[in-house]
Amino acid sequence: MSLEVPKEKFTGKTAQTKLGATPEMKGTRSKSLSIGNVAGLPFHTFEAAASVPPYIGMDVLDTLRGMDDQVKKMMGSVVNDPVAWAKAIEHEWKADFITLKLLSANPEEENRSPQECASLVKEVLKATKLPLIVYGSGNFETDAKLMEEVSTAGKGERIFIGLAEEDNYKSLAAAAMANGNGVVGFSNLDINLAKQISILLMDFGVRKEDILVDPLQAALGVGLEYTYSVIERLRQGALRGDNALQVSIICDCTVGLNAREALDPNPKLGDISKRAVNWEFITANTSILAGADLVVVRHPESLNLLRKSIHSLQGGA
Amino acid sequence: MPTAMEIYKMLPKKNCGECKFPTCLAFAMQLANKKVALADCPYVDEAVKATLADSSAPPIRLVKFGGNAGELAVGDETEMFRHDKKFFHQTILSLRVKDTASEADQKKAVEHAASLSFERVGQKMKLDAVVLHNASGQSAPLEALAKHAMAGCNLPVIILGDKAEHIGPAAKICKDRKPLIGIANKHNLDAMVALAKETGSPLVIHAENVEELSKLAATVKEKGVQDIVLESTRTNLGHQLVDLTIIRRMAIKASHRALGYPTLVQSQGHDLLTASLAIPKYGSIVVLDDGDVSLIYPLLALRQNIFTDPQVPLQVEEKVYPVGTPKEGSPLLLTTNFSLTYFTVAGDIEKSGVPSWLLVANTEGLSVMTAFAAGKFTPEGVAKLIEKLQVKQKNNSTSIIIPGMVSRMSGKLEELTGMKVIVGPRESEGLPKFLKNLPK
Repeated sequence: MSLEVPKEKFTGKTAQTKLGATPEMKGTRSKSLSIGNVAGLPFHTFEAAASVPPYIGMDVLDTLRGMDDQVKKMMGSVVNDPVAWAKAIEHEWKADFITLKLLSANPEEENRSPQECASLVKEVLKATKLPLIVYGSGNFETDAKLMEEVSTAGKGERIFIGLAEEDNYKSLAAAAMANGNGVVGFSNLDINLAKQISILLMDFGVRKEDILVDPLQAALGVGLEYTYSVIERLRQGALRGDNALQVSIICDCTVGLNAREALDPNPKLGDISKRAVNWEFITANTSILAGADLVVVRHPESLNLLRKSIHSLQGGA
Repeated sequence: MPTAMEIYKMLPKKNCGECKFPTCLAFAMQLANKKVALADCPYVDEAVKATLADSSAPPIRLVKFGGNAGELAVGDETEMFRHDKKFFHQTILSLRVKDTASEADQKKAVEHAASLSFERVGQKMKLDAVVLHNASGQSAPLEALAKHAMAGCNLPVIILGDKAEHIGPAAKICKDRKPLIGIANKHNLDAMVALAKETGSPLVIHAENVEELSKLAATVKEKGVQDIVLESTRTNLGHQLVDLTIIRRMAIKASHRALGYPTLVQSQGHDLLTASLAIPKYGSIVVLDDGDVSLIYPLLALRQNIFTDPQVPLQVEEKVYPVGTPKEGSPLLLTTNFSLTYFTVAGDIEKSGVPSWLLVANTEGLSVMTAFAAGKFTPEGVAKLIEKLQVKQKNNSTSIIIPGMVSRMSGKLEELTGMKVIVGPRESEGLPKFLKNLPK
């Protein structure tokens, strides 16, 4: 007698997206990540064909102003230079892609000009061959101009730019579309808002395959369960046929490394560096189990642990 | 649970009315809704009673162990996804001690296991159990370890080994803690079942795939052990995820009784990876090998997160929290006790680098806007709270910064407290700039 396992019969699947353009695609990246085309729950190989495993990116900040001293210590001096940092991500740590965060464009902080920021994007594109995602400062007015420059700097490379929200999506979408790039839409831990930003972008003319959605990653201990359930619901909605949800999910899990408890100096909670890495790993791994297609981490050891976990989840020893 | 029609088919159909219902169908309806007991029907036969008792049991059996060391309960889950309702019984985290370790190391490990206890957002969280592992392949070393465990900690006990004769004496030493024992497989089944029956312990059974496991569970049940815990493949995380998912699905979607039991997962040399999978994905008990606090603490936090009831938001305590190292007269801010709101606001204050006091009002876990709209975040309530906590006296505060979203409460709050009310930014992310520019 063999067991008759009830299987989920999903009808929908997520759009196939490409991050990064290779020379064949008229870009200069060493690889183009094929994301999406997901037709089942993650690693549920008994009922759905295995999809591409999640990709792991690492972030580069253009300013260390807001970085915790503990994190600086853990990361070493390489983070003082964004280009060197990006190179380390490609050659030493071997992540799948780079997420460059242009925090210094914030008018209330360094207020670096869009041109200056865009030239850093060019430098990173020149110094590395990994696919690239670029986030702005979070200030809508600044980012409208900034992301236009950024997208132009990344013309033809299939970079993704973000984060697009209801109040700024038009400028980001236009900047992306004009240069053959993609957009990361952002929603605040709300499945309806995630759907809304995706619809807004598509109505504006962005193709489904040029959209990624960031559902807001909450760190372990600080609301992780909200992100976990939002991702599970987003993905199940997509698989059940909701067109607006059939986009790939990206989670910025560096919040895990920066969580207050991850860095708490209280010796009763064990070694800080180990705990912080575990914190970041668990944050990212949990989102992968829920269905995230792309995760971003900061610490190289978190990346190594995620590689091990994904390898084993794919059936490797 | 069978439907009323399915139950009706099994009833005598005499319509005698002795159950106080006019017809057997009416009685069946009440039964299906669990309003009456089958015993009210004097004519139903024994076989039907057994069938119905079985099919009305929960899809996953609740298994308890731990005895006088504090009862642990696993199983009795009804969902595949926490957002559909919630997960009921949190994953038990246990730490393995081998009977081949030196006596000193055994004692140290047991005491260490007992020390892994923390308080986090108002909840106590701790490592739940200690696993006594018969690595020696003899009974005497395990007996010695059992004695150390009894003397050195007050944790529930799990006893694992290959042979019933080797774990038997240890199980008896720990009998007041009603240990979970195992691991039964097709080779040692009869002896393990006999030991479980003799000691009244729940039994872990293992097979390399779900199908074999299902057969084994059915056999164990037939032999008279009801409290079973399932351990499937140990090969890799992918297989474990698939098996744990199939076991849960078969139990709750297909009412497959032989898989309707809690599960156990043993770390295969990488505690972090195994536990990070098993906690969100249907592992009832996880056996860990490394008790490093820097690992256990985040795992306990993960468990707390995943097993939070999605309909009951996690709340933080109503009080004044220091952010940074504030002094008397440092800025005082107000927010609600929804944990996410608190964490976000506290985080943004921290980012500002301005040491501050954060006054958290109990809004039953609602965020600022929702609480305000629902009348649970009012100037009257806040004024009372300021009085109760003696905020003005203790922090020497003469002004309070309220969330921009509730600027409408500023006039009334000023009137009630006599404090100067400053309307802060609408979104928490505006706090760093706001605090830095605050006139001293």
